[in-house]
Amino acid sequence: MAGTVEKVRFGFSVNKDRQIDYDANLKDIADIVLKAEPTINLCISCGTCASTCTAGQFTDFSLRKMILLVRRGETKGLENEISKCMLCGKCQLACPRGVSTRNLILQIHKALKTGAL
Amino acid sequence: MSRKIAVIGGGAAGLEASSALASLGFRVVLVEKEDETGGHIKNWHALFPNRRPGTEVLQALRSKLSKEVELFSGKTVTEIKQVQGRFEVGSADGWKAEADAVLLTTGFSLFNASKKEEYGYGIYDNVITSADLESAFSAGKITMKNGEQPKRIGFVHCVGSRDEKAGNIYCSKVCCVTAVKQAIEVKQFLPECEVFCFYMDMRMFGRHYEELYKEAQEKYYIQFIRGRLSESTEDHTGKIILKVEDTLLGKPLKIGVDMLVLMVGMESPDITRKLGSELGLLNDSDRFLVSADQHISANVSEIPGLFFAGTCTGPKNIADTLADARSAALAIAGYFENNSNRS
Repeated sequence: MAGTVEKVRFGFSVNKDRQIDYDANLKDIADIVLKAEPTINLCISCGTCASTCTAGQFTDFSLRKMILLVRRGETKGLENEISKCMLCGKCQLACPRGVSTRNLILQIHKALKTGAL
Repeated sequence: MSRKIAVIGGGAAGLEASSALASLGFRVVLVEKEDETGGHIKNWHALFPNRRPGTEVLQALRSKLSKEVELFSGKTVTEIKQVQGRFEVGSADGWKAEADAVLLTTGFSLFNASKKEEYGYGIYDNVITSADLESAFSAGKITMKNGEQPKRIGFVHCVGSRDEKAGNIYCSKVCCVTAVKQAIEVKQFLPECEVFCFYMDMRMFGRHYEELYKEAQEKYYIQFIRGRLSESTEDHTGKIILKVEDTLLGKPLKIGVDMLVLMVGMESPDITRKLGSELGLLNDSDRFLVSADQHISANVSEIPGLFFAGTCTGPKNIADTLADARSAALAIAGYFENNSNRS
């Protein structure tokens, strides 16, 4: 028919870029949390926290990874992620660099609640 | 008449070995290709891990040279010959000396960063090497080409090291701790500047190195990202855009920096290989010289009377180089002791 265009489905879709765009990402949560709990700077990503983590035995929760995501400003889904932590504190006992991991979780909670996002 | 030893190269190893040999009663001929002794240290503003001035160590090494050490500077040794159980050392300009033994302390050369074309050294304005940054510290000025102060600097570890494509599969040992030292110095110089280190592994092997790494994190907020730079590009504003994988997150990462510092590694210098091949010495697959035994006789070559000290047998820090130089002096003393006992 004149004036109408048939919709053709080619079976393709566009994926969102997987790349971390550091310059474009907001680091507002990281700024707040790093200031409130500076021992996060000491993390060497060894993974001791994640391996001892009770929540990590049953879910894909990893504190090591979460610290990095926050630092890079990759905070999408962060609220759901930290809800997996039960604040048992085993990670804090195991951390070789003395990172105050429990307070880190609490500070992220706080930063999210105060509407930093 | 006491025995005479020719020491080839007046860097850290050559200086230390010369004074050690003199104190053991030898006469020493120290030959340096440049006008001044000191090798790479004279271009290094501060040393890891305590950031003391390089000149401090250099002055200490130079002041130990006694009158038994005859220094010839501005002489590039091009020939080492064995003549009736002795050695004859000669330079390009016709200078010659005879010696009973020769100690090679020819050191290392820095990797030519422009070989890693994808990193942009010599192409983009604000890509420099770790050696360039030391010169900037000495000059007391860290600025971009346009004269402005950088707001974000990236350090790339392992440039020309652990890289088969660069022809060097070995680790240069000292670049990791140098990057940490320089990152701290940048923060002391420009407290507002953000600093990122891109590393494959953090090899903090020496005493107080791990502490320095911790200090960099704790006091200076330097960020360490585990991932090797694949390529850098310059955008229309002159910013250098880096592409690395954030390997601990398993995601590609794009980040812009105002200045990029390439941590260049150590290589066996051409002159060592040239002298070595003429003497029939072996080079290892890493092109550094081969010791008679890596553990037991590291200072001994396959040629009687010819010895090694310092980085001509592979990357070393200054403390290890000096220990190696003193060890070479003892090896030489032992060599003559054994020979005279036999005769």
